[in-house]
Amino acid sequence: MTIKALLAATALAATTLSLPAVAAELTVGFSQIGSESGWRAAETTVSKSEAAKRKVNLKIADAQQKQENQIKAIRSFVAQGVDAIFLAPVVSSGWDAVLKEAKEAKIPVVLLDRDIDPSGKELYLTAVTSDSVQEGAVAGEWLAKTVGAKACNVVELQGTVGASVAANRKKGFDSVVAKHANLKVVRSQTGDFTRAKGKEVMESFIKAEGGGKSLCAVYAHNDDMMVGAIQAMKEAGLKPGKDVLTVSIDAVPDIFKAMAAGEANATVELTPNMAGPALDAIIAYKGKGTTPPKWIQTESKLYTAADDPMKVYDSKKGLGY
Amino acid sequence: MTFSLQRRGLAQIIALLVILAVDRIVSPQFFDLRLQDGRLFGSLIDVLNRGAPVALLSLGMVLVIATRGIDLSVGAVMAISGAIAASLADSHGVPLAIAVALGAGLLCGLWNGFLVAVLGIQPIVATLILMVAGRGIAQLITEGRIVTFTAPDFVWLGNGAVLGVPVPVVIVLGMLVITGAVVRGSALGLLIEATGGNARASELAGIGTRAMILAVYVWCGLCAALAGVIAAADIMGADANNAGLWLELDAILAVVIGGTSLFGGRFSLVLAMVGALIIQAMNTGILLSGYPPEFNLVVKAAVVLIVLLLQSPRLASAGAALWRARS
Repeated sequence: MTIKALLAATALAATTLSLPAVAAELTVGFSQIGSESGWRAAETTVSKSEAAKRKVNLKIADAQQKQENQIKAIRSFVAQGVDAIFLAPVVSSGWDAVLKEAKEAKIPVVLLDRDIDPSGKELYLTAVTSDSVQEGAVAGEWLAKTVGAKACNVVELQGTVGASVAANRKKGFDSVVAKHANLKVVRSQTGDFTRAKGKEVMESFIKAEGGGKSLCAVYAHNDDMMVGAIQAMKEAGLKPGKDVLTVSIDAVPDIFKAMAAGEANATVELTPNMAGPALDAIIAYKGKGTTPPKWIQTESKLYTAADDPMKVYDSKKGLGY
Repeated sequence: MTFSLQRRGLAQIIALLVILAVDRIVSPQFFDLRLQDGRLFGSLIDVLNRGAPVALLSLGMVLVIATRGIDLSVGAVMAISGAIAASLADSHGVPLAIAVALGAGLLCGLWNGFLVAVLGIQPIVATLILMVAGRGIAQLITEGRIVTFTAPDFVWLGNGAVLGVPVPVVIVLGMLVITGAVVRGSALGLLIEATGGNARASELAGIGTRAMILAVYVWCGLCAALAGVIAAADIMGADANNAGLWLELDAILAVVIGGTSLFGGRFSLVLAMVGALIIQAMNTGILLSGYPPEFNLVVKAAVVLIVLLLQSPRLASAGAALWRARS
C-alpha cells in the first residue's frame, strides 16, 4: 500500500466520519410557548425525542405563555451562539427586532406550529405548520365519503370564537359541505375547545333537534369537545359512532379510546411532530446549504376505527397529552 | 317589612320568568320533560344542571360579598379540587378523593380568610393571588393533561339522579338548605350583615368580625371545591386549564343580579340562586336559539344590563315620576 493511497483512505475516512460528527455538534435552541395544552406538552416531548434521534443537542426554554420570555430566550440563544433557533411564537406580532438580531448573528430561525406577521417573512428560514383549512377539509371529505348520497344533518362544535384555527377548520369543512348537496350543517355553536362546553352545547343541540333523532353526524373542531359531545349523546340515549357519526380534529389519545369503544368514528391528526421536519431542514441547510421552502406543511392524517385505535392510544398516551 | 321583602325579590323572579318565556319562544320544546335512563331529560333540567356549579359558587360568594369582600379565586379552587379528586379517585377510592378535594377547598378558603381577616389585605388583591397561583397548582397536579377517571361512584355525582333529579341539582339544594339553616336559623346571618355594613361599629359592638370574615371565606372555599368535584364528575376528567375558568365572574354576577350589594350588608341566598339560574337560563337559551356564536356575549351583556336596570331604584323612581306626570 503506497503512502498516497493510505493518505487518501484516511482523508475519506475522515470525511465520512465528520458527517455525523457535524450533526452531533449541532445545538438548537427551542423557545417553546409553555404548557398551554396537552398538545403543546406532547410537542415538547416529541421535539426532545426527535432531536435525540438525530443526535442534536436541543435546549428548550419554556416561556410560560409570555412573549417577553420568548424574546429573552432568543437573545440568550444568540448570545450562546447556537446553530439554529426554533420558535413557537405565542403571538404573531412584535418579533421583528429580536429576529433581526438573530439574522445579524447568522443564526437561522425556524417557526414551529404558528406563523408570524408577513413583515417578518425575510427574518426566518422556514415555518413548519399544519394547514388547519386542510384539516377541516379532510374531516369533511371523510364524512362525505362515509355517508355517500344519503342526506345528512350535521351539527358543528366550533372552537373559540376569534381563534384563527377555529375559523380555518370551519372554512375547510364548509368548502367540502358546499360541494355535497346532501350534507347540511344544521347547527353550529362554539364549545370553546373544552370538554365541558362541548358537552353542554351538544346537550342543547340534541334538544333543539328533537332529541337528536334527525342528526346524522357531529363535527367538532377538536377532540376534547367531541369527548364531551359523546357523553352528552350517551346520556340522551343516542349511540355515538352508530346512530350519529363523529369526526373531529387533533388526534389526542382519549379520542382513540372512544374509537376503540365504537363511540367515535374519525379524527384528523394535528401532528405534535413539528420539530422532526424542522431539524431535517436545519441539518440539510447546515450540511449541504440547501434552502428549505418557506413553508413546510405537516401531514393532516386521518385516523378511523380501521387504524387499530388502541395501538395508537398506547403510542400517544406517554407523550404528555 | 314583609312587603319590602317581597318586593325585593320581585325584579329577579320576573326577570327569570321573562327569560324562560323567551327561551320557550326560541325553542318550542323548552319545557318538554321526559325520563331518560331514570333521569329527567329536557332543556329546563339542563338549566338547573348546568347552573349547578355557578349556583354553588354564588352560595359561598354571597356570604363573602355580604362582608364587603370578594373572592376571585373560586374558579381556581374548582380547578384544584377537581384535579385532586380526579387524580385520586381511581387509585385511592372515591370517598378519600372527595374528602381530600374538599379539604383542599377549605384550606384555600382559610388562606384567603387569613390574608383578608388577619393580615388586613384588600379582598380583591388577596384572592387575586390564589386566582393566579391556584390554576398553576391545579396544572401542576394534572401535569397539564386532562386527568380522566372511571370510578362509577364519582361519575354518579355528575351524571346520576335521585328520583329523576340530577345529582348536582340535589347537591345545590342540600347546600342551600344547610347554608340557609346555619346563617338564617341563627344570628350568624345578621352578624355577617353587620360586619359588611360597618366592620368597625360591629367590632365595637362585640362582634368577632375577624372570625366572621374567616368563616365566610372558608365556606366559600368549600362551596367552590364542591363545584369543582361536580364539574370533574360531569366530564369524567379534570381539565385544569379550563375548569372553572372565568366562573368567579359569573358567580359575582349571580350575586349582584340577586340584589346583594358589592358594598356589603344585606344579602339573600335564595336570590343569589335565582341570579345563577338567570345566567344559565340565558346561556342555555342562546345555545338553543341557533344564532351564530359571535352573538353570544353581546346577547348576554344586553340581558344582564336589562336585569340590572330593572333593579335600579333611581330608574324605578324616575319611571314612577314619568308615570305620574302622564296621568
